[in-house]
Amino acid sequence: MKKKLIAVLLAAVTVMCTLASCGGGTDKGTVTLYVYNWGEYISDGSEGSLDTNKAFEDYCNGSEEIMALTGGKKVKVNYSTYASNEDLYAKLESKTVSYDVVIPSDYMISRLIKEGLLQKIDTSKMENYVNIDDKFKNLYFDTNNEYCVPYTYGTVGIIYDTKGVDAKDVEDQSWALMWNEKYEGNILQFNNPRDAFATAQFYQGNSVNSTDEQTWRSAAELLKKQKSVVQGYVMDEVFNKMKSGSALIAPYYAGDFLTMYEDNEDLAFYYPKEGTNVFVDAMCVPANAKSPELAAEYINFMLSEEIAIANAEAICYASPNKLVFENEDYKADMAEIHEDVMDILYGYNDENMEYFHDLPDDTRNLMNDLWEELKIDSGKGYVVYIVFAIVAAAVILLIIIFAIRKKRKALAY
Amino acid sequence: MKVLSRIYMFLVFGLLYAPIIVLVLFSFNRAGSFNNYSEFSFYWYKELFRDSTALDALKNSLILAVLSSVIATLIGTLAAYGISRMRNRYVKTVITSVTNIPMMNPDIVTGVSMMLLFAAAAAIPFLAVEMGFWTMLIAHTTFNLPYVVLSVLPKFKQMDKHLTEAALDLGCTPAKTFLKIELPFIMPGVVSGLMLGFTLSLDDFVISHFVSSSDFKTLPLYVYNQTAHEVKFSMYALCALMVFAILLLMILVNFVGSGGEKTKKKKKKTI
Amino acid sequence: MRKKTFLEKAAAVPHIVWIVMFIAAPLLFVIYFAFTDANGTFTFSNILNLSNYGEIFLRSVLFALVATAVCLLLGYPLAYCMSRLKPSTQKAVVLLLMLPMWISLLIRTYSLLALLDNGGLLNSLLDKFNLPAVKIVGTRGAVILGMVYDFLPYMVLPIYTSLSKLDIKYFEAAEDLGCSRIATVFKVALPLSKGGIISGITMVFVPSISTFYISQKLGGGRFDLIGDTIERQFLMNNNKNVGAAISLVMMILILISVAVMNRFGDDDGGEIIV
Repeated sequence: MKKKLIAVLLAAVTVMCTLASCGGGTDKGTVTLYVYNWGEYISDGSEGSLDTNKAFEDYCNGSEEIMALTGGKKVKVNYSTYASNEDLYAKLESKTVSYDVVIPSDYMISRLIKEGLLQKIDTSKMENYVNIDDKFKNLYFDTNNEYCVPYTYGTVGIIYDTKGVDAKDVEDQSWALMWNEKYEGNILQFNNPRDAFATAQFYQGNSVNSTDEQTWRSAAELLKKQKSVVQGYVMDEVFNKMKSGSALIAPYYAGDFLTMYEDNEDLAFYYPKEGTNVFVDAMCVPANAKSPELAAEYINFMLSEEIAIANAEAICYASPNKLVFENEDYKADMAEIHEDVMDILYGYNDENMEYFHDLPDDTRNLMNDLWEELKIDSGKGYVVYIVFAIVAAAVILLIIIFAIRKKRKALAY
Repeated sequence: MKVLSRIYMFLVFGLLYAPIIVLVLFSFNRAGSFNNYSEFSFYWYKELFRDSTALDALKNSLILAVLSSVIATLIGTLAAYGISRMRNRYVKTVITSVTNIPMMNPDIVTGVSMMLLFAAAAAIPFLAVEMGFWTMLIAHTTFNLPYVVLSVLPKFKQMDKHLTEAALDLGCTPAKTFLKIELPFIMPGVVSGLMLGFTLSLDDFVISHFVSSSDFKTLPLYVYNQTAHEVKFSMYALCALMVFAILLLMILVNFVGSGGEKTKKKKKKTI
Repeated sequence: MRKKTFLEKAAAVPHIVWIVMFIAAPLLFVIYFAFTDANGTFTFSNILNLSNYGEIFLRSVLFALVATAVCLLLGYPLAYCMSRLKPSTQKAVVLLLMLPMWISLLIRTYSLLALLDNGGLLNSLLDKFNLPAVKIVGTRGAVILGMVYDFLPYMVLPIYTSLSKLDIKYFEAAEDLGCSRIATVFKVALPLSKGGIISGITMVFVPSISTFYISQKLGGGRFDLIGDTIERQFLMNNNKNVGAAISLVMMILILISVAVMNRFGDDDGGEIIV
């Protein structure tokens, strides 16, 4: 009986395997381009949009120049995602994986350059590089435009649900909303130290790039205080939480607010008056990339008009590409999402906005240690659980002892 | 009392199944939300099949599960044969307890230790290990091994030693004896080890989480990646499909199984 | 004594090579990293600094204990009820119990989240009937609930296996001799299913104490367990040494407790069915 069963199972598995390998078989004549990007950060073809990676594959396989570059092999894009700059860094630093194109943020780019994990890109050979607005050239982390090509830029603000948050609590447009005890259990916080500390530092009026230990410690205190009102530490999980109304207040990126707003029109957004973080995410090629030439083609492709607009519309972040933000169709499409779209994305006042800079090693270590402390910290209401656990341990022990005693007795008879 | 126990069972099973049923039901919700059920549709299933990464992940999962369980079965069965013939008790205990480590250890420790090994190997220039298919295959084979050994070894112990000795005395070569006498006897153990390895490998997330790369993603890794970002309802469709597949498989196994039992009984009767 | 043939001598060799390379060597790496700093020099500081993580260890043990006890209290009666059913129904019910075990843990945990989240199905139903919303996600209770939900079948199945092996005559005899039904459970069933209880406890406790997905999703990352901490050290902080030290300590703790549990139930361990 068992043999028959196994035979059926194995047969089923073999059939499935062969079917699967017929379906999406990778023939030997392909070159794979490994792209590692933030989650929800590209037009991926869902719900009828343009599939960027597919378009790139088609473009490569139709272009004689690129075919010459790959020796006639077909190009396949392997696309995967990360949730924070630190995740990306850990992957690149371990050197057990190789990627061809990565899209880190400003401060992480300067760290990666410093540690020799990126290689130079020849932007002069990229015909679409002229599309980048001059404002986004020679930025502080790449003063000679040698290592990266800007993909998007944006700002952090506070997203809140107008159905659950009182209008008078958001009147003063402050970071204080994230510490408001009235919304206990409905507030979300970033799940990475750099962004989370920044919310506290802006609230306190300190620089996010401060090397003064005291400002970091006081920010950590503030975050610990916040822990009891926070529902969770999240990154991209914030989309589902805010869309479904599972949380009321979250700090996140302006572009992502627009994406959420498409599904939940009760949401609203503001830039805290104390100042906030502005960032540029740029495309880079890691030092151990296997196909840097193809990576350059990919970056160039991302800058072309149609692709750049499709991406900007899909992810709703501000684009440094002139062909995008000057395009009337793009403006019209975006205005359909939210009437203030151009103000939120492009028209903000950047007077008190600050870029993250790569921190010196000891400050970064301090930040990480303080973050660990925050994560370890157990907050209020712990005693109840100790009592619970003691009861639980007692129950388990009792049952075991009971079971064993009886057996011993039985043996004695 | 009987009614009470029925009610209790019904309640616990209800709780156990509620989330799964909700998930399956809402995978057919066109609105893609838990707050309103707009209409019954296969929209999210279509979206899922448009997503080639999900299908690739399924393919990878199956390939990995088949290969790792087969390799583990080959190595493990031979090992069980060797261990059962060992005379030094001390060596025997050492080998079996080392083999059992991945089974006793929490998965996360196994995953982390593998990751450290591969990271160290990556630093050796001529090896240039990269996370991907091979690291996954090694890791999965390793955690399948103890289950294979554990299910095959008792079979060797149950076996009558005189049988093999008789075969050897009658001029069978050791290899032939193994194939003709021992293998048929231990077969049930081998098969259950293989099946166990196959299902464990298919289901594993934690160990894979530490030794994988984007190059070779399995289904659990795909699901994890989906739940770490914005979850689209096509993910629920995928989960619902997996639930259906398992349900089908279990019904099939049970059906074929009970059918087999009946024929067995009949055979006994005729004898 | 007959001389060993070549096959007999060589059969275990590939296995031994494999386990040395991929079981023993990785563990040696864990030990190596636990006792060195980032530059590779020998140090005890990783282990000594683990006192910082005392709270995490304590919390994990607490949560895992509570989850195990709840599973035991919920699961034992269930297993008992199951074992007293008609054989044909039993088969179907066991199948019903095993189905969730086959479904990936990630899916089960996430579906629980989708059901319980503040904006999830449960609350939108409550809202429809004008009942107050319940906040579960992001609390300690949610993490424990997740553990219980995910691992309950692992408790029930071994207990059921050892109970179903018992001869029904034991129970009948006890009842004939004037034992009440409840007393029968305590005096007959419980001692005789000891092996199942022990292996059930181990099978719930070990995954509960080392989980990280459940606490991330249902606890919102507010209540980090040992698993979360290890994962963070390796995949985010890039601090292999501390991560290895925590892993080492957890491994030793678990191996000891498993060994102790196995001594309790060494005569007839409930088997694992998959």
